[in-house]
Amino acid sequence: MSALDHSAPAHEIRERFGFWKRSYAMLVKEFIQLRRDRVSFAMIVMLPVMQLMLFGYAINTTPRHLPSAVLLQEDSDLARSILKALENTAYFRFLYEVHDVDDFDNLLKSGKVLFGVEIPRGFERAVRRGDRPALLVAADATDPVAASSAIGSLGMVVQTALKHDLYIGDPPDMPFEIRAHARYNPAAASSLNIVPGLVGTILTMTMLIFTALSVTREVERGTMESLLSMPIRPVEVMFGKIVPYVLVGFVQAFLIIGIGVGLFGVPVLGNLFLLALLSTLFITTNLSIGYTISTLVQNQLQAMQMSMMFFLPSILLSGFMFPFAGMPAWAQYLGEALPLTHYLRIVRAIMLKGATMQNLRFDTLALAALMLLAMTIAVTRFRRTLD
Amino acid sequence: MNGGNGIAIDVKGLTKSFGGREVVHDLSMQVKRGSIYGFLGPNGSGKTTTIRILCGLLTPDSGEGTCLGYDIRRDAEKIKRQVGYMTQRFSLYQDLSVRENLEFVARLYGLADARGAARDMIKRLGLSGREEQLAGELSGGWKQRLALGACTLPNPQLLLLDEPTAGVDPKARRDFWNEIHALAADGLTVLVSTHYMDEAERCHEIAYIAYGHLLTHGTVEQVIAKSALTTYTVTGEDLNELAAALTGKPGIDMVAPFGTSLHVSGRDVAALEAGIGPWRERSGLHWQKSSPSLEDVFIELMSRSRDNFQ
Repeated sequence: MSALDHSAPAHEIRERFGFWKRSYAMLVKEFIQLRRDRVSFAMIVMLPVMQLMLFGYAINTTPRHLPSAVLLQEDSDLARSILKALENTAYFRFLYEVHDVDDFDNLLKSGKVLFGVEIPRGFERAVRRGDRPALLVAADATDPVAASSAIGSLGMVVQTALKHDLYIGDPPDMPFEIRAHARYNPAAASSLNIVPGLVGTILTMTMLIFTALSVTREVERGTMESLLSMPIRPVEVMFGKIVPYVLVGFVQAFLIIGIGVGLFGVPVLGNLFLLALLSTLFITTNLSIGYTISTLVQNQLQAMQMSMMFFLPSILLSGFMFPFAGMPAWAQYLGEALPLTHYLRIVRAIMLKGATMQNLRFDTLALAALMLLAMTIAVTRFRRTLD
Repeated sequence: MNGGNGIAIDVKGLTKSFGGREVVHDLSMQVKRGSIYGFLGPNGSGKTTTIRILCGLLTPDSGEGTCLGYDIRRDAEKIKRQVGYMTQRFSLYQDLSVRENLEFVARLYGLADARGAARDMIKRLGLSGREEQLAGELSGGWKQRLALGACTLPNPQLLLLDEPTAGVDPKARRDFWNEIHALAADGLTVLVSTHYMDEAERCHEIAYIAYGHLLTHGTVEQVIAKSALTTYTVTGEDLNELAAALTGKPGIDMVAPFGTSLHVSGRDVAALEAGIGPWRERSGLHWQKSSPSLEDVFIELMSRSRDNFQ
């Protein structure tokens, strides 16, 4: 090593577009760091795929092959036809066929079956007479989700089955009554509801964590000291740290929706461009909140904990896990303050209902307001000195 | 040039406390443009805090002053554009390559041709061929050189270097100081904190700070003269025994072994000579009156300040 060569000409400093240049400098730096961080990079892809597979396949509120029994009190063609139709749906698997009420009760009580159908004596004749006889359904309600989904699907299945049958033509009403009152009418497949919800949940989790760590990481690695000694403003640091992850979020949303459409057959009825636009808004809102967390905490561990503090209510109160309308008023107010609540409405409405901007004005405005609030807090909280 | 009065740093009465503990106390200093100003003092004496106040990273509790003609309280943003600050701990991005780090700094300062500036700096640093190496993988000496390169990239007028040569080998240290002298010759002002006496002696001016108090400042000769310390250098046999016998005796303020010799110093010549009297004529010992070294002065200042401020 020798003394530096001083013959090189001094480089000129230009003050124009300083804001953009400094933000750009930050952005390039963040991109390179993200690219070098293989684990984080893998997470960007693995997390949505894994969650989607788990929620989509493993966790399924639609019953499959529910162990079932049938109590046959008449052996008619109509009864056989109904049973066949039920079995064809793959929801039920009829393990037992009994003719005695006590046997039927014992099967349910012992848990050998979760589901039982009782076809009463004189059922076929009553149907033909138009008496609307009762088809009794008994479900093991200890698993209410499975039971109620099965019950819910029952009516539709039986009616479809009977349409193809010779016994009835195309009646406007069910020719018989299903006597099971625990009905809420879930969508035929839960993945329809879950995939759009997952877009929001996964984006909340990853976006939050990525930016929540960003400032504290600089502090912990000691790079914050030299960053602060350079002429960069808090807003520029924030933009530089948020923009790369908007792209990351976009990739994730694309992945989830792509898998949802390709593997689970979720429709996208609305405008894809609108979906992309509002997803970008949601992504940016979450990044801003994560960044705000980053300016509030002392180290990366606290950042993780605080992110979880925000993530949990987001999952529970947004309508992802439990129906929003079922929550008490105070919880609904809390839910309205969470970006995920608004995005879930947006993404479900666009994908499943084909909603337009006109329908989503309120939720869009709410997201934008939350984003601006978070950004304002972040910029004012960002410490420009080490005091 | 800003200020234009030939003074780069001019501060008065700087005070800074953390959690009720005063780290910098009523500190005033002036640094001339184009000079190398050495900042010395024991660990935790407030050197880093002072440097951080000067570059706007900390706000002083009281006191005022200018840095490159800008007010240190109001114009922190303007100061940052003209100051290169090299932190004590390596603070470039370890997961960015040499080139990427330099380009980042160049862009932040708004250099018109960031890539070109980084390329030129790599050449100047002698890092050609290593530009794609990650900064975290460089050796200590190269890291420090890269850090200095990043500081000087935007052509600052003032360099603040916080213990830049800690843990660097002697050859790299010498190269580093040659570089600092070359930069100062180009008109750059350099404030550098250090623990090394040989480095202190290479500064145009030095200041000694302990427990937040600036105890003395001036050129090396002035600091030694101001100390009014008289030192005898003793050579001979059984110096350890002599050192033990002399330590703590009236008139003898400091006894310090230097290789094969012993430095015995005192503030009061008469008292010192009275103190060493009984040993002056002992056979096998050779006494010689000498001027104290910078280290003697600093150690004496340090022990005195400990009595005063702790």
